[in-house]
Amino acid sequence: MSRRAAIEEAVLPPLVALLLAAVVGDLLILSFGQSPGAVFQLLLEGTWGNAYGFGQVLYKATTLVFTGLAVGLGLRAGLFNIGAESQLAAGGFCAALIGILLPAGIPALLCLPIYVLAAALGGGIVGAVPGVLKARFGAHEVIVTIMLNFIVLALLNYLTSAKIHVPDTLHTPELKSGALPRLGDAFAPFHGSAANSTILLAIVTAVALGWYLFRTRRGFELRAVGLQPHAAEYAGVNVAGVTWRALAVSGAIAGLGGLNYVLGYKHYYEEGFATGAGFLGIAVALVGRSHPVGIVLAALLFATLSQGGLAVNALVPKQMVDVLQAVVILAVSTSVPEVRRLLRGARRSNDS
Amino acid sequence: MRKLLIFVGVLLAVHIALLLVHPSGAAEPPTGDAVDVGIVFDMGGRGDKSFNDGAYLGAERAEKELGARVRFIEPGEGSDREAGLRLLAAEGMDIVLGVGFIFTDDLTQLAKEYPNTDFAGVDFSVGQDKNGRIIQPPANLAALKFREEQGSFLVGALAALVGNSKKVGFVGGMNFPLIHKFEVGYIAGVKAVCPDCEVLSQYAGVTPEAFRNPGKGKELALSQYQQGVNVIFHASGSTGLGVFEAARQTGKLAIGVDADQFNEAPGYVLTSMVKGVDNAVYDAIKRVKEKRFKGGIYQYGLAEDGVGYVYDRNNEKLIPPAVRARLEALKREIIAGRIVVPSTK
Amino acid sequence: MTNAIQLEGIEKRFGPVQANRGAGLQVAHGEIHALVGENGAGKSTLMRILAGLHAPDAGSMLVNGRDVTGWATSEAIAAGVGMVHQHFMLVPTLTVAENVVLGSEITKGLVLDRGAAERAVRELGKRTGLVVPPDRLVSELSVGEAQRVEILKTLYRGAKILILDEPTAVLSPPEVRELWAVLRSLRAEGGTVVLITHKLDEVIDVSDAITVMRQGATVTRMASAGATPQSIARAMVGRDVALALDAEYAGSTISGASATAPLLDVRNLTVSGTRRGNIVDNVSFSIAPGEILGIAGVEGNGQTELIEALSGLREARGLISLAGRDLIGDTVRERGDAGLSHIPEDRHERGLVLDYSIAENLILGQQHKFTSGPTIDGARVLAHARDLIARYDIRPPDPARAARALSGGNQQKIVVAREMARDFKVLLASQPTRGVDVGAIEFIHARLREARDQGKAVLLVSADLAEVLALADRVAVMYGGRFVAVLPRAEASPDVLGPYMTGAEHAA
Repeated sequence: MSRRAAIEEAVLPPLVALLLAAVVGDLLILSFGQSPGAVFQLLLEGTWGNAYGFGQVLYKATTLVFTGLAVGLGLRAGLFNIGAESQLAAGGFCAALIGILLPAGIPALLCLPIYVLAAALGGGIVGAVPGVLKARFGAHEVIVTIMLNFIVLALLNYLTSAKIHVPDTLHTPELKSGALPRLGDAFAPFHGSAANSTILLAIVTAVALGWYLFRTRRGFELRAVGLQPHAAEYAGVNVAGVTWRALAVSGAIAGLGGLNYVLGYKHYYEEGFATGAGFLGIAVALVGRSHPVGIVLAALLFATLSQGGLAVNALVPKQMVDVLQAVVILAVSTSVPEVRRLLRGARRSNDS
Repeated sequence: MRKLLIFVGVLLAVHIALLLVHPSGAAEPPTGDAVDVGIVFDMGGRGDKSFNDGAYLGAERAEKELGARVRFIEPGEGSDREAGLRLLAAEGMDIVLGVGFIFTDDLTQLAKEYPNTDFAGVDFSVGQDKNGRIIQPPANLAALKFREEQGSFLVGALAALVGNSKKVGFVGGMNFPLIHKFEVGYIAGVKAVCPDCEVLSQYAGVTPEAFRNPGKGKELALSQYQQGVNVIFHASGSTGLGVFEAARQTGKLAIGVDADQFNEAPGYVLTSMVKGVDNAVYDAIKRVKEKRFKGGIYQYGLAEDGVGYVYDRNNEKLIPPAVRARLEALKREIIAGRIVVPSTK
Repeated sequence: MTNAIQLEGIEKRFGPVQANRGAGLQVAHGEIHALVGENGAGKSTLMRILAGLHAPDAGSMLVNGRDVTGWATSEAIAAGVGMVHQHFMLVPTLTVAENVVLGSEITKGLVLDRGAAERAVRELGKRTGLVVPPDRLVSELSVGEAQRVEILKTLYRGAKILILDEPTAVLSPPEVRELWAVLRSLRAEGGTVVLITHKLDEVIDVSDAITVMRQGATVTRMASAGATPQSIARAMVGRDVALALDAEYAGSTISGASATAPLLDVRNLTVSGTRRGNIVDNVSFSIAPGEILGIAGVEGNGQTELIEALSGLREARGLISLAGRDLIGDTVRERGDAGLSHIPEDRHERGLVLDYSIAENLILGQQHKFTSGPTIDGARVLAHARDLIARYDIRPPDPARAARALSGGNQQKIVVAREMARDFKVLLASQPTRGVDVGAIEFIHARLREARDQGKAVLLVSADLAEVLALADRVAVMYGGRFVAVLPRAEASPDVLGPYMTGAEHAA
């Protein structure tokens, strides 16, 4: 396979999907009696067109990178983690809880590892439960993670609303120390946007996951389990062990996503702080083909759509953007394998 | 490969062609000096038949009567609340409204950052400092608050007067101070006309879920009706739908909240304690239009028609003239300040 | 007189794969015709086109002189052309008669007339020699009986031209002989049979004429009388081939080595089944250095489970001693490190990760030996791959190519190269040449003998009795989870082994 063909195969299918989504979006906008040009212009201006909008895109993308990586890791191991939503919340909650318990005045750099550990542990435990149930009893992770979403979110809501919320609000008290600076503190144009230094953690996590999956022995074995569990078993891999560890780490990565809000933005846990980001992570992982680079790009795309949806809310209902997201997901997940097959056929006939 | 590239080209061409389509009636960039109003609803708030829809009604009226231009934003997740407010403020809106107590922190923050924009928060929750003194909102932020306890007082009195029982009921949604206002006012109203009456008071839960649990509402209401209660007042969002269901099933009465809820169970809704969110929003916009907007705490009570109870052709048969007269008398007493309704437990 | 089947210039492409290029086939009425060729030569595709399952891209098809180019399955059935597939398509919970009439049921009102169906099946069986009790459940049948039901089903629908795709792959020698008798009786009734196979001896045995295919095209058509396995194989591969059966029998010279301590010693190995007793039942054997023990038997008699138990993929009781070390309780990796090498029977499921590259597949199972710290040492993996690709002639010689993109033979070479290249004492070779072309079979057999000659112990499991007889120094027959016979090669022959394979005879 030539280099050019490889790049074309990687780039063209998502391009087709995006253009398809754009055309569907055009038609939808027209159906609302608005000009597609104006709406898309507004969408771009409100996102990549100014520092604040861009900061918002970065903020939203940060959470999505974490949930996307979490789902992507699961998919690489052949596991469908639907539980990123609750793992994200659990991670954020644990970080907020630690933040309340920590004494005030500890330097942020010292606190950071503690917060990272707390968030990873929170999400990781929620992820490990379906992992262990699957490894021990063969319980299907999709069903278990869906059920856990209900249970964990209800539990967290209870704890927040009934036990540790600030009166007249739905959030916990603020962290006593260790809050991360926002991007606006260092670069004035970002002022007001929620983007914060958690983004660095997201990049580090993406790079680390890429290294783990494609460079290490454990990653080699994990991907083998995902592709062909029987072959992995034959290759001496402890499939059950990989299964529960992959789900636990997947949960931990989703849990880290909670830091974006808790540590970087509001400095407290609030019910529904990132509603839907866990589920959107599934789309991000699918569109990003479970590859860290693809996931980062897909996260930026979905973050743009999400923030852009607010910007164009004046002209078209927010649901328009939801539909656009759905079209992207559908187009990518259905058309891409088709497109790829088409590509292979075309190239083979060129070669021969 | 070439086929695919052609496909990409065709899609691109179609997309660009569509981008250039400009249907008649498409939004034009704002011109003139009309008041620009931005409203951010609560998550999933539109269509709640309660204060989000109330705010929408008020804004719609301002569009018609004051020529205001209104933009709405519906947030998708928690962090969108601030983003929505900020987008609107940055666009140079004359007034930006947040609907729901949950906007309190974000509104306070933004009012400081955009001192030349007016802000208003429906159900804004005013904090207190360590010494119990009320913290005033910034000068360009109006806290639109409602004296739900006053309205609740009147429906409490009504419940005791027509209930024909020494027991009256209350079903709350989430057990927290905002709803305690309803409960406390209601109990005061009951005691004012029937000192030896007992109020059975229950909450559906301690999380926001408690506002979305009709099953629980029905369960609580049925048990209260069974204990001899004939009228129940609910302040519990869609949990109240269960209360109405229980009223229909047992043939007893329920009292609605926020908006006129007669249609939820015609014949079994004694009245509703209505909140004039539309009026409050309309007022705020009007003050901006007339350039006399000022920040601070605005209390909408009986005197301002900010709260009240429904009395119309639908339910006049359920409320005898004598009772109606008694309620109106109580209302005058409250407005005059001769009766002070408590608002906290 | 026109031919029963006349295919000419058939072209068929599946995406990148050109399955048929100008293939043709002429079959006379009342002829048993063998269609032979290496795996991937396009035999099955051609027959599926004839049965209406695929439409050809180009070419013409005549059946009984009528142009039927590109017809549908239903038309083919109506015209009396029926195909019996390699994988049975029977409903296990229905009876034989119900399966046979399925799709063309005899009804009495709205209900199935079971009696009439059973009578029809019995009658058809008597006429053709395909005797199966019509009231038995298909799930209770042996593989050979199930195949008979498949053929009955096709005949019941009025097939006059019967296409059989690799019918003997799953049969024991006596069952094969019975099948031949059936085909001959069909021929006597005027039926026409096309037989896809790659077992050359049986081709000559039963057929009237032979068509050889290579790389999608028809190479030659010959009469069976006068054809030899060598001449057919030469046509298939395009060069001379050392055929398994003719290979020098070298084992006996070395089998004196059994005097030394065995490399693999297995005592009372038992694998519990889910329902009916033990899948592997109290099996004991040992293999000396420089010895190949071949296990013959009809598939499904515990061979798979025995190999899995030895390699650590399946729990078992008993004793497995590799050069004196007890392996029971050890993990797959520990057994591998102790010197156990394993060519698994199914390369697509177990032996390869198809989406991994050739280089990655060449370290599968030994990935822990190619690390530096936590990472896999890419340079070493690549060097290892280049070395093995060259030594084992894996094509294309591109280490980065996904295993999926390779032919079956080259895929199997990856597995064999990997397992031979590791430091091992005992080799478990399970169906090492299944679905592999003749050229690769030759190569793999040579590697197995090489391992034996180097003093390793080899356990060979093959459904192909000829392969077992060609390679093994001793032959064990497995039936019902037990070793029913263990014979020196010199005493083993298809006639001797046959009764053991069907369970008709048990060794004391």
